[in-house]
Amino acid sequence: MAEVRIRDVRKSFGHVEVIHGVSVDIADGEFVVLVGPSGCGKSTLLRMIAGLERISDGQILIGDRVVNQVPPKERDVAMVFQNYALYPHMKVYDNMAFSLKLRGADVGDLDARVRRAADILGLTALLDRFPRQLSGGQRQRVAMGRAIVRDPQVFLFDEPLSNLDAKLRVQMRTEIKELHQRLTTTSVYVTHDQIEAMTMADRIVVMHDGIVEQIGEPLELYDNPRNTFVAGFIGSPAMNFVRGTVRANGGPGRLEAGEGVSFPLGDGWSAHDGRPVVYGIRPEHLVMAEPGQPAVDGEIAVVEPTGAETLLVSRIAGAEFQAVFRERHAFRPGERVALAPLLDKVHLFDAETGQHL
Amino acid sequence: MNTNPAAEVARDDSEGMDYLVSLPRRMVTVYLPILCFLIVLLFPFYWMGLTSIKPNDELIDRSLNPWWVVDPTIAHYYHLIVNTDYPVWMWNTMLVAVTATLLSIAASVMAAYAIVRIRYAGSRWVGGMIFLAYLVPPSILFIPLALVVFQYGLFDSPMALILTYPTILIPFSTWLLMGYFKSIPYELEECALIDGASRWQILTRIVLPLSVPGIISAGIFAFTLCWNEFIYALVFISSSENKTVPVAVLSELVEGDIYHWGPLMAGALLGSVPVCIVYSFFVEHYVSSMTGAVKE
Repeated sequence: MAEVRIRDVRKSFGHVEVIHGVSVDIADGEFVVLVGPSGCGKSTLLRMIAGLERISDGQILIGDRVVNQVPPKERDVAMVFQNYALYPHMKVYDNMAFSLKLRGADVGDLDARVRRAADILGLTALLDRFPRQLSGGQRQRVAMGRAIVRDPQVFLFDEPLSNLDAKLRVQMRTEIKELHQRLTTTSVYVTHDQIEAMTMADRIVVMHDGIVEQIGEPLELYDNPRNTFVAGFIGSPAMNFVRGTVRANGGPGRLEAGEGVSFPLGDGWSAHDGRPVVYGIRPEHLVMAEPGQPAVDGEIAVVEPTGAETLLVSRIAGAEFQAVFRERHAFRPGERVALAPLLDKVHLFDAETGQHL
Repeated sequence: MNTNPAAEVARDDSEGMDYLVSLPRRMVTVYLPILCFLIVLLFPFYWMGLTSIKPNDELIDRSLNPWWVVDPTIAHYYHLIVNTDYPVWMWNTMLVAVTATLLSIAASVMAAYAIVRIRYAGSRWVGGMIFLAYLVPPSILFIPLALVVFQYGLFDSPMALILTYPTILIPFSTWLLMGYFKSIPYELEECALIDGASRWQILTRIVLPLSVPGIISAGIFAFTLCWNEFIYALVFISSSENKTVPVAVLSELVEGDIYHWGPLMAGALLGSVPVCIVYSFFVEHYVSSMTGAVKE
């Protein structure tokens, strides 16, 4: 096991720079998730850690060793690919034993390690099968088994659950997390699914357009997003945003959003009086307004009950707002509804830079 | 026509090849065309076989039914095998075809892998150039090649053919294998790279086992081409004991304007047997290789 340090790493393909100086310190035994929309450079960064892509500038250290020039096989990392990359012509056992065979491992030791990994993942009964005879979840497990067998310093996961159906994905998510708790090997996990990131990570690295937007523990990112990108990316359903101008007028302020609509603000925003901002509120932080409570009026557009909770989409000042209720209300499309934002949960971002105020 | 409305509805719902279900239709749409093809394709073999077992007097007697043989004989085969160098020609052809095929496939595998998988400037360009080489017709190429063969003192030896056939075989085999290698997912090789395999190990332990059908079809192609090749074999070989079957049958069994039809046809028929055997063993691989490598 080892820590991974990424120092101001850049990557260019030809003249196009796709990663613009990324620095992340991953502690020994930590489970770090790189998350971001497609094309943000998260997979490229992972492939650079694995040694499959050359590092254009900066350094990557695994343990105390700079690995920029070290070929993949000497980095002591194991990688799980999105399409599993199982060798189709080898049985499960041989797939898992392949790397040990290449290293010339002692036959008894090799067998013991393969069987132990198979035991951990519940693959013992499948060792004699070919990959084509396995289901998606089983293949995924073999891919992980192949990584475990090697007992590497770092596990790398490249969107390993994307090819599975929704139910299996949730199950495998739990399995991977359990596995990490058991093996405590440093892991770097790439996904575009923020739920996967939130549920699995010790720390999340949010990437966007080749830079790191924010690094932090899942709930820290959720509660204190540094900018509008992180605020909008983390959390499902996503945070509601509306542009407007802060009006403090002494006491509790409000946000003028145009069309005569204003959103209530708490105390302490007077310093930003007159400033154009983006106002953000999460769907679960909108409640039904009590009489006399500062609220905002909207027209119900869509009601989506999921059983446990109800998602309400309403139109306010020309924009769609989502609100989530755990209690049941008799909403009907077309009716008007008064929603009160929880004032201490409101986020304000600079309208120009998107930075949290 | 079936006028039952319920049946009509059922037919409307049916899709794909269901129209082939009734026997008369199948007769017209499937078996009849196949029969036509078979007749066209197999007739030359029938004619060869027939001629090779007809006694000479039957061959020239125009009053007899030309489609049948009255008094079959194996005299022509006997003559061919005992009185001519036919077994030697057969051996020559086999030696040349097998060696040239092995050489070409070995070279093509490495060339195709390098072009498809190793990143270097101009790899695509090299692939294009190789295919361009394939487009140069052998009937033009044999003149400069004849000079080369002479210079190296290879004239009239099997090596003259073993070393010149790859000039036709490598370009095509390389192209065929390039397409095949491209269909093997990158991740497999990257995974092997992380697992600790060298390039050579990736080629021998991952790529080649997955490419067996592709290699077989390239091999069949190369073998068939070598076996049937005529112009190089005609130009580069002069003595009877070094000739290959296609050339020898024609040059040794035709004396001036006298065609020894019986032995000629016997020689042609025996000459096509090895190719038939090769095809019959590998036909499934040959077909499956046309549809890509890795199916998960």
